[in-house]
Amino acid sequence: MADRPVAIAEKRLMDVKLGELGTWIGGRDFTPNGLIASLRKGHDRYYNKYINVKKGGIGGVAMLLVGYVALSYMWEYDHIKHDRWRKYH
Amino acid sequence: MLSRLVFVSANALKGSGHFGPGLVQASRSLQTSSQSLAPVPPLPEKGGKTRHGIIPEELFQLLYPKTGVTGPYMLGTGLLVYMLSKEIYVINHETFVAASIGAVLIYGIKKFGPDVAAFADKLNEEKVSKAQEVKDLAMTNLTQAIEDEKKEQWRVEGRSMLFDAKRNNVAMILETNYRERLHMVTNEVKRRLDYQIALQDLHRRMEQEHMVNWVEKSVIGSITPQQEKQSIAKCITDLKALAKTAQATA
Repeated sequence: MADRPVAIAEKRLMDVKLGELGTWIGGRDFTPNGLIASLRKGHDRYYNKYINVKKGGIGGVAMLLVGYVALSYMWEYDHIKHDRWRKYH
Repeated sequence: MLSRLVFVSANALKGSGHFGPGLVQASRSLQTSSQSLAPVPPLPEKGGKTRHGIIPEELFQLLYPKTGVTGPYMLGTGLLVYMLSKEIYVINHETFVAASIGAVLIYGIKKFGPDVAAFADKLNEEKVSKAQEVKDLAMTNLTQAIEDEKKEQWRVEGRSMLFDAKRNNVAMILETNYRERLHMVTNEVKRRLDYQIALQDLHRRMEQEHMVNWVEKSVIGSITPQQEKQSIAKCITDLKALAKTAQATA
């Protein structure tokens, strides 16, 4: 596909080649405005794909809940470590 | 299906700034990329597909060329066994809690899912139909207004004919007035002239009569008594002669 040349930093993550990853990360916008904009865009993409539809399924909300459960497990891991059954794995 | 309820409630929250600007911004980004925004594209029918409710279908599509259908399941099993064996996931009392809650949730969703979905769909339908009604009403009103406007324009065209008729009326009234006055003038003039003629006639008659009277008076005054006797005697002899001739013929 011979598209017109796009700057590396503006490509989508899936189109970035492995060698360009460093340049890509360096070119992203890390100002507070940029961070908030990226959060907003991520939210919009998820919302428009799974929730803002005529007949949504359980997936939209369920994935959010599962993500929350996993995240909270990770945050509590240092505390849960003490319930391990064996000392050496 | 729960997301349908979320959507219904999210629409209710749209007044608060949380979702609203996001949606507006999403639509604005649509505007910059495609040609125009109106009419707003309809919502997609179904959301992104998920397998077992929590894993997006994209993962399965990603792994299908390399590992076939069972690839992601193998991945899941391997991950699970790894986490259990290394005790990255620790089995404690919370595991049982999670398991029971999960069982109840799954049973509830499987059993009541379709009903809740139908209910949420019905709510959506009602909202959409209400909006559609308003739109249809507005459309009929506007088309009616267009019809009325066209009729008014047609009427305006006829107004020039109205003015012509009125102008004709006024001209006729003026003409009538003019002719009336003309008649009046003629009559007045004729009256005055007739008076003058009558006056002259009277003059002539009076002069005639006066002259006749005067001649008669002078003639009668000039007859002397002797002449009167002579004329009476002559009249008698004439009468006798006439009587004789009359007797002779009879």
